[in-house]
Amino acid sequence: MRSENSRTLSVRVWRGRESGGFRIYEVPRLESQTVLDVVTYIQRSLDQTLSYRFACRVGVCGSCAMTVNGKARWTCRTHVAGVAQGDQIEIAPLANLPVIKDLVTDMSRFFDKWAQAKGQFYGTRTRADDFARVSPDSPQRQAIDAAIECIGCGVCYSSCDVVTWNSAYLGPAALNRAWTLVNDVRDTARVARLAAVAGDAGCHACHTHLSCTERCPKNLVPTASIAGLKRAVAAAALKGGI
Amino acid sequence: MNIRAQVLLWTAQRISAAVLALCVLVHLVTMIYAVKHGLSAAEVLGRTRGNPGWAAFYALFVAAIAVHAPIGLRTILSEMLRWRGAALDLLVLAAGIALALWGWRAVWGVFV
Amino acid sequence: MKNDFRARDHPAYWAFIAHRASGLLLALFLPFHFWALGQALHGAEALDGFLRWTEYPLVKFAETGLVLLLAAHMTGGVRLLMLEFLAWRDWQQNLLAIAAGASLVAGLAFALNVI
Repeated sequence: MRSENSRTLSVRVWRGRESGGFRIYEVPRLESQTVLDVVTYIQRSLDQTLSYRFACRVGVCGSCAMTVNGKARWTCRTHVAGVAQGDQIEIAPLANLPVIKDLVTDMSRFFDKWAQAKGQFYGTRTRADDFARVSPDSPQRQAIDAAIECIGCGVCYSSCDVVTWNSAYLGPAALNRAWTLVNDVRDTARVARLAAVAGDAGCHACHTHLSCTERCPKNLVPTASIAGLKRAVAAAALKGGI
Repeated sequence: MNIRAQVLLWTAQRISAAVLALCVLVHLVTMIYAVKHGLSAAEVLGRTRGNPGWAAFYALFVAAIAVHAPIGLRTILSEMLRWRGAALDLLVLAAGIALALWGWRAVWGVFV
Repeated sequence: MKNDFRARDHPAYWAFIAHRASGLLLALFLPFHFWALGQALHGAEALDGFLRWTEYPLVKFAETGLVLLLAAHMTGGVRLLMLEFLAWRDWQQNLLAIAAGASLVAGLAFALNVI
């Protein structure tokens, strides 16, 4: 009977750009191994030409997001034992993003859409004004709290089929962030933001697949935020604001 | 199509959906009733002919369908076939008009 | 790169597929349905000529299928209206099961009466 230490993983890794192919590497299988450990082993010991991103290694930064066995995940927080099929894993770059090389994607469009959704705060208060008073118990602040922890890792965007089918679609992360700002009573750009997130490329294109929610490593619910935007936009449109 | 029009299209889709939820519920009940009580033309028309209440109901049903189905088709065509623009909008508008006219014709035939 | 079936393998996505497929099939069926009923304009005999088709088992089976599609699309749609218009709650995701169940009940009721 083979011991734990003598088992090997058969790892299919995407090499190339949009066109390319999967290459197979044999990696020693270890206890408590993460997928990031596997990728790191391959690059250091088997093939130095492999390109991939990581930073914190501890599930705080979101940089190591990749597609593992078809699902977008943080590889540093994905145990091999949890995803391996027998002794096999498949690792590919995040979907819905251009591939720069191997496991590295170009996230420019992801962040551009964040800006297009007006995912930034607009305020008019100055240091001469008193503090804004926002009760943590208010429904709006609770709505913000439920959605604010997004770190922009791209897993939801990568998992969304509407992003695939509709290249202009702003996507779950950008819309989720816009929702937190729509609920921010200090923000002064509410109407412009609602107009920015409305329409065929905005919140109305969401079909509640819930793939974003299924995959979010921070257990956020972008679908709920997008539903909130749908309600807010409808109300604004009925009042003539949009 | 500008943003306001797109928002109104979505809103019309949801409002017609709510109307249809009620209409479909009634229709499912009437269909189960009809299947139990006879489906020959004489039996069907005997129940439906000269019935202004039901005629009005089914006329509303047809109107809601004529709004709801084309907007749904527009989404499917734009996502699955990557169609965009005025050609798609005109096509689904035509489908909506056709459904409305054909549907009201059927309502006339069955209820009047 | 694109996602494949592995990324779509969860209940809410199946609900989406069921909703889109049923909507599309119903939309394709409706013109035929309206035409068939419009035959009544030519008198009871014209409608009967069409209704005789409904005696065939295959047609009865198709009718039951249509009732299932309609019930599925409606219950799925009501689920979506609740998800979009009511404040979000976790239990709402289980509406999916209720929707599926309700549509099956409708289909069954129809089938039992048509056989």
